[in-house]
Amino acid sequence: MIRVTLPPHLRKLAHVDGEVELGVEGQVTQRTVLDALEARYPMLQGTIRDHVTQKRRAFVRFFACGEDLSHELPDAPLPDAVAKGTEPFMIVGAIAGG
Amino acid sequence: MSGVRVLVGTRKGAFILTSDAKRERWDISEPHFAGWELYHLKGSTVDPNRLYASQSSSWFGQIIQRSDDGGKTWHQPGTPPGEPTTAPDGSPKGESNKFVYDTSPESGKPLTTHQWYDGTAHPWEFKRVWHLEPSLTDPDTVYAGVEDAALFRSTDGGQTWQEFAGLRGHGSGASWAPGAGGMCLHSIILDPSNPNRIFIAISSAGAFRTDDAGKTWQPINRGLHSLYIPNPTAEVGHCVHRIAMHRSRPGVLYMQKHWDVMRSDNAGESWQEISGNLPTDFGFAIDVHAHEPDTVYVVPIKSDSEHFPPDGKLRVYRSRIGGNEWEALTKGLPQSDCYVNVLRDAMAVDTLDKCGVYFGTTGGQVYASADAGDNWAPIVRDLPAVVSVEVQTLP
Repeated sequence: MIRVTLPPHLRKLAHVDGEVELGVEGQVTQRTVLDALEARYPMLQGTIRDHVTQKRRAFVRFFACGEDLSHELPDAPLPDAVAKGTEPFMIVGAIAGG
Repeated sequence: MSGVRVLVGTRKGAFILTSDAKRERWDISEPHFAGWELYHLKGSTVDPNRLYASQSSSWFGQIIQRSDDGGKTWHQPGTPPGEPTTAPDGSPKGESNKFVYDTSPESGKPLTTHQWYDGTAHPWEFKRVWHLEPSLTDPDTVYAGVEDAALFRSTDGGQTWQEFAGLRGHGSGASWAPGAGGMCLHSIILDPSNPNRIFIAISSAGAFRTDDAGKTWQPINRGLHSLYIPNPTAEVGHCVHRIAMHRSRPGVLYMQKHWDVMRSDNAGESWQEISGNLPTDFGFAIDVHAHEPDTVYVVPIKSDSEHFPPDGKLRVYRSRIGGNEWEALTKGLPQSDCYVNVLRDAMAVDTLDKCGVYFGTTGGQVYASADAGDNWAPIVRDLPAVVSVEVQTLP
């Protein structure tokens, strides 16, 4: 199972506490993880990626294994530790606004 | 016993204030949607327990929330509380926050760019919902004015939204440009006497009207004079801040423009300035007394570069003759050292007798008058900056 952490505002929208666990078929990438997340929690559609362009919203970041993966291609494989569920895929609200 | 429910949108959440008809003691809710910007909340006149809210954030975009119990509980319309969020096949049950500009050729070849600050063509990009206007006849129908400027409608209680593409595509859309606050469609007025007629206003394009239920639109800006655009009397390009109407006289419109307070007696075909003796005719909010269609309220703001009341005195101005002659209403309002702003959607009236008038400030106060403006008192003082105020008069 893929472990995903959400920022507090999105946990509240999705009515979840703590981490979310998702089954992802095939290669584990940003796109397949977010597709699985939005399928389970459709109220999150549009909050992480733009509805139309599917691009990451500017103030949302993706971290995993101590790395900022925000600028990786959506179809690039995520680290093995994320794919194996030993490390979470972290969706983070950027520090912005002072 | 009748009462009043005040819906307050702020930079950091929504608050619901309730009182009986005396409007002396107020209950203030806990924050709803804490931490999010609530640009607007409004209730249906058909079903007062049906409320719609625009919840947005620079981080996570736009959410539409709906309440069916007068604001006690809320849900995103596509995912009702207590129900699975997906259909049996796993597909989402709703798309309540999806506002997609119509680019289909059959709907009139809508424009794909507008003018950017540097004069270049810029793609239309959805940012947020500024204003929600529930239908006068159907609680499941609601209109949304959005940034970048466009008008959407939902007929399924806010689950799905469709654009009126004829507005952006009417001809001048490519020349529309954002004001400092963004290119927003902020005013939506439904004509109670004619279901095919809707008035809207955009900063900074101007006011528009449809007479065929949204298929086609015409600019209604004749008589406006704006020195901050190359042609001061251009057909479009005016920074209209707010328009208002009285239900009993849908042909009469009032407007607070960037500068100038205006009036139209022919459904926007032409406008006359009614600023008269106002200390400054810059401002954002404007509204009309619930029972006296010639009684109009504005809150003058010093200037476009100094967004606070002149002389540090917070004064509502009232005209009882439809403009030009204005009286300052000051009792109960701070008359020194006051430097708040009152934003365009932050004034409303109730329909009790005497008419109640309400407005919110960027300093977090909501002031109310239970006697049409003669006397004022804060009904809450220390909220986050107030963006919008709406009032429901309850049976």
